[in-house]
Amino acid sequence: MDTLTRRRFLIASGVTAGAAAATLGLREILATSGDRDPAAKTLVLITLYGGNDGLNTVIPHADPAYAAARADLAYAPGEPLDVGDGFALNPGMPGLHRLLGDGRLAIVHGVGYPRPNRSHFQSMDIWQTAQPGRPGTTGWLGRWLDSAGGDPRLAISFEPVLPPLLAGAKSAGATVPGGELRLPAGVTPELLSGLGAPAPGESPALARAAACFTDLVRVRDLISSAPLEDEDDDSDAPATATGGAAPPLDQQLALVARCVEANVATRVYSVSLGGFDLHADGKDAQKALLAKLDKPLAAFADRMAGRGVVVAVYSEFGRRVRANASDGTDHGTASPMFLLGDGIRGGLHGEPPSLTDLDDGDLKHTTDFRDVYAALLADVLGSDPARVLDGWSGRMREPFVNDAS
Amino acid sequence: MSEVTHLLRRLTFGPTTGEVQAAEKAGRDATLDRLLRPVAVPEPPDLGDDPVARLGKDATRDQRQAARRSQREQVSAVVQWWLGRMAAGGAAEKLTFFWHGHWATSVQKVRSAHLMLAQQQTFRRYGAGGTGPLVRAMLRDPALILWLDGQKNTRKAPNENLAREVMELFTLGVGAYTEDDVKAGARVLTGWQVDRATGRARLVAKRHDDRPVTLLGREGVLDLDGYADLLVRHEAHLPFIARRLWARYGGPSEAPAVTGPDTTAMLRALCRTPEFGGTAGTLVKQPIEWLLGAVRQLGLPPSGSELILKALGQVPLRPPSVGGWPAGAAWLTTSSTLTRLRAGQKLAGRATAAADRLTGSDRIEALAALLAVDGWSDRTHAALKGIKDPRRLLATGLASPEYAVH
Repeated sequence: MDTLTRRRFLIASGVTAGAAAATLGLREILATSGDRDPAAKTLVLITLYGGNDGLNTVIPHADPAYAAARADLAYAPGEPLDVGDGFALNPGMPGLHRLLGDGRLAIVHGVGYPRPNRSHFQSMDIWQTAQPGRPGTTGWLGRWLDSAGGDPRLAISFEPVLPPLLAGAKSAGATVPGGELRLPAGVTPELLSGLGAPAPGESPALARAAACFTDLVRVRDLISSAPLEDEDDDSDAPATATGGAAPPLDQQLALVARCVEANVATRVYSVSLGGFDLHADGKDAQKALLAKLDKPLAAFADRMAGRGVVVAVYSEFGRRVRANASDGTDHGTASPMFLLGDGIRGGLHGEPPSLTDLDDGDLKHTTDFRDVYAALLADVLGSDPARVLDGWSGRMREPFVNDAS
Repeated sequence: MSEVTHLLRRLTFGPTTGEVQAAEKAGRDATLDRLLRPVAVPEPPDLGDDPVARLGKDATRDQRQAARRSQREQVSAVVQWWLGRMAAGGAAEKLTFFWHGHWATSVQKVRSAHLMLAQQQTFRRYGAGGTGPLVRAMLRDPALILWLDGQKNTRKAPNENLAREVMELFTLGVGAYTEDDVKAGARVLTGWQVDRATGRARLVAKRHDDRPVTLLGREGVLDLDGYADLLVRHEAHLPFIARRLWARYGGPSEAPAVTGPDTTAMLRALCRTPEFGGTAGTLVKQPIEWLLGAVRQLGLPPSGSELILKALGQVPLRPPSVGGWPAGAAWLTTSSTLTRLRAGQKLAGRATAAADRLTGSDRIEALAALLAVDGWSDRTHAALKGIKDPRRLLATGLASPEYAVH
């Protein structure tokens, strides 16, 4: 695939051509309140864009090979938050450390896929399509949505652009911008409807430009628009070359919590945090980013307890075992995943990858990510994993209370 | 649809009525020749010294903060100068903008206005010619080296970021190289460091790995220029560049197979393919294209545009990632539509002269001519017909679906 950008995939995937991605207002989601099976669970998928360094997230501090490979990037003994078995969590994650201690956070070691791809854009396509051999044009949760009837309100994202993982073959999830909308003076809903009417024979680009006006009419109760006033541009924030353009994670999770508490029909939420591509001087920057994950996520887990919500956290790849000379790490392979929520058995699961038996300098994965997806599909979404995952039959059972014996 | 209007819309930042009329008279071929004629590299704005490079090791916190503030002012001066160059017309700055989005480097990490400006001057100096000199210059470009961590790429521990993105995103595309090529490329580039005081990159011998490598099928000791030459002679290189040019100048359809000795020749060939004419209305304008077209057609100075660009999500010198800005429908969201409605009102409010011409019974056709739109669809025509106030009419035209694409 000719990769212009990550978003190019979305456009090429037919999300905007075949099944156009809907933009919905929060009110439309909230209107489904009470409209669900009380036993149905909810999946919240958190994507960390940029390739999070797994070895400095769940730290194998008891393994001498860790300090040897990481030099100045390694955490000294006592610095990270011990979790037993020779592992410790990054010091930026006190909230998740507490959840692990309470038996509510599961860490799955060494999650990856065969023949790892080290391009951000391609590896993210692989994780989002769940098709490592040849990433297709549909996302794994988009295919679940197809199988669940295709109502876009079942799978939503609070990001400005629909992530490919929510694009199915026949249907697609919806983006739900948060915030508030005021139409400019003199702009009436009638004018918007007029400009938004479809015209015969227009190009897909022009049709989409027009459809935005109709969307605007529908969602104008609750939508954010970037203000035209100057504001702090956060130009001193740590920058990396791969970012995700989404509202802050705490805002996204607050919207999810609001929807879950309103008992809406939505079963799948996609949220994200970007900026993990830390090739240089990565230690403090990663700690700060992980803190941006930790605090809102721990608060979310507490708020959602008892509501049948399961959260899964992943990134497109981990980083190379050996640090580079820049106190950073280059693109790697396998990485831990986090699972937390109701029905999740906390603790460390799976086989930690060896730090010395490497594949060309990189960790060998010990759990295929499709095994984790299969468990989420079966246990949280109550669907047939093989149907969504192209016949994949593996399934991770340990962290799921209902599955483990 | 006028063929020359389409050409002007794609090769420049939004043609004015006068430019369209002149080009109609000259014809397509003469217009294409005129637009692609080489232009002199402009004298850059005088920014003064780089305040951060001048800081001593023992600078206080206050001194550092003051230096960062004045560095940000310098960045803003470069952006304003560039917007002015874009608004002055011609095709050269559109090509500079293309290369900026291609070798996407952000000042957010580079920070130095001087280095960002120097990179931009490299695009002007080499961007229209063969890609060999451009790639050679970019591999030693200080801003790119800082952006992709080449600064820290040493013999002892190579940093692969620059070597990978050079092949994946800048010269060859995925599939044309292997992971071993990434590692070998990184080794060839070890030791190239930016000297902050002079603002130049130089090879630091003791950090450089001069052992032989196997890179893209060739074995031996390679230097930076040797690596650049391997890249531009690779069979995947020119087709890759042609596809990228087509994606920004042509449309989302598959790129026609063209080649040429240099970028100008490839661009000329793309514009002369039978497919080019068919792409009218299929390409979503990037926010910078949308805004610059508007200020040019309305006869406004581009100053004060930065806030609109920020709200639309495309600030010059700040691409979101090394992959550059998105293309196509990613720009068409409810949020951006609303921002265009607001920005359209702001621009129309300042464009008294342009609005004054939109009062007659032919005002809807006059609006199309002013904005170089081929025509309004029936729905937009109907919506515009109900608007009597010329400023509001102009604002709505600027926000219309037809003006969002080109």
